[in-house]
Amino acid sequence: MSTIESSSRMKTNTTDISEVLIQYIYGIADNALILGQRLSELCGHGPNLETDIAGTNIALDLLGQTRGYYQYAAQLKGGDTTEDDIAYLRTEREYKNVLLVEQPNKHFGYVIARQFLYDMFHVMLLEKLQNSQDPTLAAIAKKGIKEVRYHQRFSSDWIKRLGDGTPESHEKIQEAINTLWTYTDELFHMTEADKKAVDMGVGVDASALKGEYYTRVRELLDASTLEVPEMKWFQKGGKQGIHTEHMGYLLADLQYMQRTYPGMKW
Amino acid sequence: MTSTDQHIATDLISILEGVSDPEIPVLSIMDMGVVRTAQYDGDIVLVEITPTYSGCPAMDVIGDDIITAFAEKNIEAKVSLVLSPAWTTDWITERGRKALEDYGIAAPLGEEADKQVLLGDKRLVKCTNCGSTNTKMVSQFGSTACKALFKCEACQEPFDYFKCLK
Repeated sequence: MSTIESSSRMKTNTTDISEVLIQYIYGIADNALILGQRLSELCGHGPNLETDIAGTNIALDLLGQTRGYYQYAAQLKGGDTTEDDIAYLRTEREYKNVLLVEQPNKHFGYVIARQFLYDMFHVMLLEKLQNSQDPTLAAIAKKGIKEVRYHQRFSSDWIKRLGDGTPESHEKIQEAINTLWTYTDELFHMTEADKKAVDMGVGVDASALKGEYYTRVRELLDASTLEVPEMKWFQKGGKQGIHTEHMGYLLADLQYMQRTYPGMKW
Repeated sequence: MTSTDQHIATDLISILEGVSDPEIPVLSIMDMGVVRTAQYDGDIVLVEITPTYSGCPAMDVIGDDIITAFAEKNIEAKVSLVLSPAWTTDWITERGRKALEDYGIAAPLGEEADKQVLLGDKRLVKCTNCGSTNTKMVSQFGSTACKALFKCEACQEPFDYFKCLK
């Protein structure tokens, strides 16, 4: 009798641990998927050939990282779940990406500002995630960090070039930074899954990265002759699945084929 | 070859050398260093490959090509993807570097030199057309994620540079 009890309790624990891990993975991977989707919208529409190619290259890196995470989450979920189910068949509330990455491209300044504000965080996150006690997450992070450092170099260079460029480029990149700044604080919010993942030794305490993040961002904005916005109130909600109005349109695009032709394969 | 943890049964090497990288056909997947293990497990061969970049779209094709190459020798192969240890450009063999250059892609420099050329501090990448080092980077991202786009100021030819990845 007691054996049955303890084994059923153990089963619950394993399920709990898997569920925490899955939610933690969504919190990281959904950012990469949605930012990758936004960047891929630029394919064929970049301001020039080189930035067009750069944007799609970064999108591809992010999509590759997403696949690694989702394949792992699908394995944890078990059954028939595949990476595609996770990418294409969840509802809006089930995506746990931060609001920053779903913001629309508008103009090139927004593309670069969004990329820069996320890259600066992404590098810091993966630097820590490499030390995760979960070997799969550590391996994805070790692979991804090499790519994300390139992304950061690309977006930082453009922040400098636009900020310290012509009066028009300066004005436009400053406008984009000012608009997107309100979404930066959410990067450091900790969900219940995040906290549990940290306790289990597999997750990163994102809240601890905040000070260093703003220091690094400030330094680069200063060097680019840009002003650091002063803001006391920040937007949040993405990590709880409550998104801005842009998300529905993005998902409509992303999920169109699977929703129209369920189960279709390339 | 400076790669670590590479375990490939000797008699399988020649079969794997016959499989080329779909994006750079002059290079075999062995020269790219993407094959990590190839071992017999009873009658079948288990092959582990690692991607150059997370999103490398060539991996599925490489997997299929490996299975086909073994099937031609009446050997059943199973291919799986491993992420750790992460691939580095150090795993490209000398023969691979030579093949890249001949194909028109400048081979990766060392880590420090790579940083200097990508930041525009120094001109070290040799033009694959005329050999001049009077070259400059046009874009950090080239035709694929693993390459940067360069231009030669001497002969004016554009060319790809295989970025150093450590």
